Amino acid sequence: MSIRFSFGGDEHIFAEVSEDMSLEAFFTSLSMTNAVRAAGIKGVTEICPANASFQIKFDPDRIKPGDLLKELQSMEGAASKSDATLKTRIMEIPVLYQDPWTHETLMRFRERHQNPNATDLEYAAEVNGLGGVDDFIKAHSSQPWFVSMVGFVAGLPFLYQMVERKRQLQVPKYLRPRTDTPKLTIGHGGCFSCIYSVRGAGGYQMFGVTPMPIYDPSQKVNYLQDEMCLFKPGDIVKWKPVTRDEYDAAIEAVEENRFEPVIRAASFSLTEFNKDMAGTNAKLMEALHGR
Amino acid sequence: MAVNVITPGLSTTVQDLGRPGYYHLGIPLSGGMDRFALRAANMLVGNDEGAAVLEAVFMGPELEFTSAATVAITGGDLPPKVNGDERPTWEAFPVKAGDRLSFGYLKSGARAYIAISGGVDVPVKLGSRSTYTLGALGGHEGRALKAGDSLSLGKGAGGKGIIPANLRRQPGNPAELRMLPGLYWHRITAEAGRQFFADTWKVAPEADRIGYRFKGGTALDFVPREQPFGAGSNPSNIVDACYPYGSIQVPGGTEPIVLHRDAVSGGGYMMLGCVISADMDLIGQLQPHSPARFVEVTMDQALAARADRQAALARLRAHLGR
Repeated sequence: MSIRFSFGGDEHIFAEVSEDMSLEAFFTSLSMTNAVRAAGIKGVTEICPANASFQIKFDPDRIKPGDLLKELQSMEGAASKSDATLKTRIMEIPVLYQDPWTHETLMRFRERHQNPNATDLEYAAEVNGLGGVDDFIKAHSSQPWFVSMVGFVAGLPFLYQMVERKRQLQVPKYLRPRTDTPKLTIGHGGCFSCIYSVRGAGGYQMFGVTPMPIYDPSQKVNYLQDEMCLFKPGDIVKWKPVTRDEYDAAIEAVEENRFEPVIRAASFSLTEFNKDMAGTNAKLMEALHGR
Repeated sequence: MAVNVITPGLSTTVQDLGRPGYYHLGIPLSGGMDRFALRAANMLVGNDEGAAVLEAVFMGPELEFTSAATVAITGGDLPPKVNGDERPTWEAFPVKAGDRLSFGYLKSGARAYIAISGGVDVPVKLGSRSTYTLGALGGHEGRALKAGDSLSLGKGAGGKGIIPANLRRQPGNPAELRMLPGLYWHRITAEAGRQFFADTWKVAPEADRIGYRFKGGTALDFVPREQPFGAGSNPSNIVDACYPYGSIQVPGGTEPIVLHRDAVSGGGYMMLGCVISADMDLIGQLQPHSPARFVEVTMDQALAARADRQAALARLRAHLGR
């Protein structure tokens, strides 16, 4: 895999590891950005890993664009050889699928959708050749997902499903983006799921909502007092379908600031995962449930 | 020491030079869209160049001062009035306790910067007082001002001076936005690239702190390819990637969008390159429907233009004896 570098104006270098999404591309992006951070290159102001690419922002008054480019290119060999093992976290995100709020929103924007006569979940089940909504929810929530990028808006995670490519759920984005998406909507576009951290525009299909805040600019939520954004690239997520009663109980806990998210330490090896996906995911579930 | 907001204007926000360092979390740079004008306003009232000011777009607020202060308005030509009497732009003027600052109709440009001696003293969030409204972060309660708000001011000695027209900057007609092609430029045909620079575009109504959309040019022809896994089916789709500040994305290949200070930090549309740092201030002064062209430059030309802007800032400092 050879990285394609390109200048983004006079203040950015953009690096495309691969045109296609894959965990290999993500790991190369993550190890390159970690190496750039560790190198402490003068004039580098932002280091942003993404799904299969990354971006470096720099101050051209402090480092010549060409010099920085050479420095990044010199790191490429080491990054692609590095062992793709990650000390990370696994967390459980409760999801109320087929909730009333995303349903109300998706009905308002039906004319922007591929299939105005079906809900987003019905459409997603159909285009993935699954029997129905329940089968789709099972496929969506049974295996863990990898946070391969944080961005778009503050704290929004992009999630990549940890299954063989042929089993990955793929759904087109809306034909035209909506102007509204409820806060904490679980969305999906292309091969990525996401959690909309704030209310706003969006083009991903809407499947449900989580009661669990993931971004808190006021830093009052007990688990967001140190970092206002919950997610980091490399985190692993397991969706947990919940009932309306469980959702309401979680909302009450959030409002009283006593909601405790399930977050456990975990390690992840890409080599192990590629050898045995089911076994690796089972071990992650053990880590999550403390067994 | 405070200002009370009598009427808020269209969308008036607290801004400083911005909040770099958090783009990897999706938190954009924020800060004034015309940072040259923001610095100039602060210099006139004796503040640090990066003190927090108010950025008003298209329509000014009405403000009441609870103590004496020095004020300066720069950027777009939004004529200030004190108790109904006109004051000049690009010039420091005093106000007394109880005075009301209001504005006439915008004559040119799009955004005015209202600097007050001592600076607007809202809490610093992640190193900046700038407002990021989409994320409800920074500024005054993370949002645009509303009637009834009261903003604290810092302590400032005040300043004086006038910035003459030859030391200001405003976009031409059409505005010429210099751009370095790159990023996913190779995805469009050579003819589409030539036409992109030949066309005169118009600023669309969807033009705000997140980005400026342009319309009226020719739709892009893409180089055919099988879409990569995870990218999406439209030829303008890519596997979601970071969007640089100033990058020009073209969803569906039709209307380019230049991302600005409150940029969405990433997404799945290809980008043609970036408007160079020297010309980002100009975009903040473009009104909807105004014409603009993209002008191709090399990296060397981009760096020379950047040096020119720094020289212009140095002349401003020298002129005001700073």
